[in-house]
Amino acid sequence: MTTGSSVTPQAAEGDRMQKLSASGHERSALKRNGLVDRVFEITTRGSALLVLLLLGTITGSLILAGWPALSELGLSFFTDDRWAANVNRFGALPAIYGTLVTSLIAIAIAIPVSLGIAIFLTEICPPKLRRTIGTMVELLAGVPSIIYGMWGMEVLAPFLQSHFPSVFPAGTGLTTAGLILAIMIIPFITAVTRDVMNTVPSIMRESAYGLGCTTWEVVRHVIFPSVKAGMLGGVILGLGRALGETMAVTFVIGNNLFLNATVTGQGTSIAALIANQFSEADGLQRSALLLLGLVLFLITFAVLALARFMLNRMNQRAPS
Amino acid sequence: MIKQVAAAFIATSLAATASAATITGAGATFPYPVYSQWADGYQDETGNGLNYQAIGSGGGIQQITAGTVTFGASDAPMTPEELKKNNLVQWPQIMGGVVPVVHVEGVDNGALRLDGETLADIYQGKITTWNDDAISQLNPDLTLPDTKITPVYRAEGSGTNFLFTHYLAQVSDSFKNEIGEGKSVAWPAGVGAKANGGVANQVSGINGAIGYVESAYAEQNDLNVAQLKNQAGKFVAANSDSFQAAAANADWKDAEGMYLVLTNQPGDKSWPIVGASFILMHTEVDDAKAAGDALAFFDWSFKNGGDMATDLNYIPMPDSVVSMVKQNVWSQIKDDSGKVIWQP
Repeated sequence: MTTGSSVTPQAAEGDRMQKLSASGHERSALKRNGLVDRVFEITTRGSALLVLLLLGTITGSLILAGWPALSELGLSFFTDDRWAANVNRFGALPAIYGTLVTSLIAIAIAIPVSLGIAIFLTEICPPKLRRTIGTMVELLAGVPSIIYGMWGMEVLAPFLQSHFPSVFPAGTGLTTAGLILAIMIIPFITAVTRDVMNTVPSIMRESAYGLGCTTWEVVRHVIFPSVKAGMLGGVILGLGRALGETMAVTFVIGNNLFLNATVTGQGTSIAALIANQFSEADGLQRSALLLLGLVLFLITFAVLALARFMLNRMNQRAPS
Repeated sequence: MIKQVAAAFIATSLAATASAATITGAGATFPYPVYSQWADGYQDETGNGLNYQAIGSGGGIQQITAGTVTFGASDAPMTPEELKKNNLVQWPQIMGGVVPVVHVEGVDNGALRLDGETLADIYQGKITTWNDDAISQLNPDLTLPDTKITPVYRAEGSGTNFLFTHYLAQVSDSFKNEIGEGKSVAWPAGVGAKANGGVANQVSGINGAIGYVESAYAEQNDLNVAQLKNQAGKFVAANSDSFQAAAANADWKDAEGMYLVLTNQPGDKSWPIVGASFILMHTEVDDAKAAGDALAFFDWSFKNGGDMATDLNYIPMPDSVVSMVKQNVWSQIKDDSGKVIWQP
């Protein structure tokens, strides 16, 4: 231990300690960062848990509030052909039928139109126009639903009635509601479809064109296969909105509480029925309406689950 | 500048709230036209305003039961048991008629004749075109088109619904068994609209439509009112005379809890669908001042509202009934110390 160094072992030890450990300032910074990290983690986790909690309590309270109706009405809630509060017959069938039919009409119209707009915007449209049309489509998505309702009632229904009196004697009905819903969800589906189409690398496009493909062939064989999953997401988003849309539908659906196997005639949807009756309902009617809310919740849930399932299958099949 | 305006605005609004009371109520749309006329007159005279939300009778009952308004209004009377259960009292404030309104091109105002059974069949979807034999037989002088009939009805719980279905259930057994009477009914055919105003709007918009509204709404919207066959077998036009004739049959004295519906009354001149519109209040009120203000308004309306009501085709309550209301009903409305609020 005879070295030229004047440092004693004790001092060297202390020196090393000092080198290894942080200074007081650094230590407090570390401590602070640790705390920030923990707080950050806890708040983000809390937020995520809050969603679960909300979902759970909403479902729970709907089940709880709807239980008296379910136990009293039993299966007739799902099989009775009318919603007649005066005789305590609450059949959800007319409302479920109306909800599904209007949404299907809306989707059937909205998908091809949205696809057309998206293809035009990404593939064919001159760049100058692209911005303008794109912005207009997005603006359409921001129009409040009540405006569509008023337009449907004041313009669309009278138009249908005066031009097709044999099909639409009153102008209102499931098809009218479906048309309004289609217009409402077109911007959603269009926006999503356009965005996913834009993600296709231009080198793929250009290669296809280079091989001599027409625009249609490029869209059909290059763009389409790679954006199918993303488009489905847009469709589901639109369908979700169509299923739950209330005000616009209430205005034009005709509010008939009887199950009529009609597509153009009047009917009701779950959301419209609840909107019309909930404010004045009590007792069994109130419970039945809440149960109806649960049914809508489950339908929306089922649609989302189906979409997930289809997405998964698509991803498995698609060669990566 | 803006500050000054704001200050002035706040000052005036404060002054307004300090000096004037606002009476809050909600319910039937059937008497709404006359209540709003009364409210204007009352405000001019006393400075007290009325905030009446015409949300339908079902909503009115719901809101007064929940205690969110000072009074509720309903065209369908509550049964004595229901009143007792919820600690409520009711009294008739005004009477009026429900009229069938039609929109058929080529048919003049007031020309179409209908009877109860035909009306019931139309609303059950059994009669679907205007030139159906059942309608033609009642109207030998009219040439009716083959337009499809679109029945228009109330989508929400409504006292007008109650009066109309109460009448149809009396004159048609199939209606009684298939549909039944009530505030909220499932109609097999046609279009549901919101409130009296919504029905009037739909009927005027749809060729081939038929609807039912309180008489004042038919007048305000220039709708074509059909004649109805009454219990005596006579066709009568809807006007204050025929409403009055039906109302004259009313026996309020023997009606427990003032539960009385005036449909399908006897008499050659009686209009078949007449009803009273009721006011509902709690027997024990938390806010004695608000209740007192409301009663003062109704008292004023009983005294001064008759002409305004008649102008709108309503029928004011006869004096004998008014004093009955004050003696038997208003005497039950007390504050939390048990003191009767209405002091004449």
